[in-house]
Amino acid sequence: MVKKRVIPVLLLKDGRMVKGRQFKDYRDTGDPKSAVRIYNAQDADELVFLDIQASLQSRGALVEIVRNAATESFMPLTVGGGVTSTDDVRELLRAGADKVVITTAAVKQPGLIRAAAEMFGAQCVVAGIDYRGSGADARVWLHCGTEETSHHPVALAKSFAEQGAGEIFLNSIDRDGCMEGYDLEMAAQVADAVPVPVIVCGGAGHFMHLAEALQQTAVSAVACASLFHFGDNNPIRARSYLRNLKIPLRVLK
Amino acid sequence: MIGIVDYGMGNLGSVRNAFEHLGHAARIFDDPQEAAGFERILLPGVGSFAQAMRNLDERGWSPVLREVAASGKPMLGICLGMQLLFDRGEEHGDTAGLGLVPGKVIRMQPTPPNRLPHVGWNTLDHARRHPLHAGVKDHVDFYFVHSYHCVPDDEADVLARVDHGGRVVASVARANVAGMQFHPEKSQAVGLKLLENFAGWDGGDTVGSALPW
Repeated sequence: MVKKRVIPVLLLKDGRMVKGRQFKDYRDTGDPKSAVRIYNAQDADELVFLDIQASLQSRGALVEIVRNAATESFMPLTVGGGVTSTDDVRELLRAGADKVVITTAAVKQPGLIRAAAEMFGAQCVVAGIDYRGSGADARVWLHCGTEETSHHPVALAKSFAEQGAGEIFLNSIDRDGCMEGYDLEMAAQVADAVPVPVIVCGGAGHFMHLAEALQQTAVSAVACASLFHFGDNNPIRARSYLRNLKIPLRVLK
Repeated sequence: MIGIVDYGMGNLGSVRNAFEHLGHAARIFDDPQEAAGFERILLPGVGSFAQAMRNLDERGWSPVLREVAASGKPMLGICLGMQLLFDRGEEHGDTAGLGLVPGKVIRMQPTPPNRLPHVGWNTLDHARRHPLHAGVKDHVDFYFVHSYHCVPDDEADVLARVDHGGRVVASVARANVAGMQFHPEKSQAVGLKLLENFAGWDGGDTVGSALPW
């Protein structure tokens, strides 16, 4: 059977790693190159890189970071931030990304997900959903949480999957960086609504939070940034904690 | 020298990086006429079966790859590259493949709660011993990301399978032509072990008795 994944997220801005709270108050958390090296040594299941700046300059730095990561590490890389065309997708895949996350443009440019899926295969197209609020009142926000839409995350996730997205990256802005646990209700609803794998992100502050999401919802993967950036936690410890709870994880050798 | 076929589909750099990391010379090449100069050929690929075959046909690769297979030179297809080795694929319309391994490539239909695409780490069960899998134990996980899977006509071609709401062929070998549905270049240490095996593979079936299994 396919295993549950624990995925460190590297938020990037102008080539540096950053981390904020609720999509603001970003602070520098170091050099992404050394982070990649460490996560590779710790056998992380996959890495997600998200560029939050989406400027031309920051994009150049992102491509360089991905290229470097693909030279030094032999693990799956998922990359996004400011992807607005199939050319952007191609550029990131060529740099070494295995999957590309499309977030704002997935809403603003109907047809982009389908076009990317037809060109590169559904399996490498990840639709990103950032939302605020919870339950029925939740709404999807674009441009890193600065522009509200009328979409509900569940409806949008279903639409993205129908358009050909191979995976959904679901991120709660309210819980981002708060380390108080995932929005399990929304994670469960989205995972039950779509046939594709769902990665939940936003809120993990303890290994228990990872376990909750993997045991109580049908998500395929848990993503976290603060959990690994601040404190003495790493994928190795996360794995042994989750294994003790009988959650199916990858066997390394 | 390992030749990595560039036919305009997907991420070729990762495979080359992996061989370089292992200390094996590998070069990406886009001229089919150069194929004869390489000791072994690797066919990577990300994308759809129909588009990939169109590219192989238009760029003159198909007859060259069939010659490589007939010559006995070791050849390995990864992910979509494995699927292209088969007779036919149904992704984006029924399309003829390279026809080097008898069988077809069809959309997976996993039973719930298994999802599609099949993304993530899954456990290999070996069907038979083979030098390409030497040193890799049973029940170790490899990284998969695909929606279509290979169904060989001849069970004897299967090297390993995984379970994803039904049995899925993970790797095949028919004489000197082999395929891996998972990504060895993305499966960290165990994946690199398989690429190391390919770099030393003579295209035969013989497993040395000294090899760990």
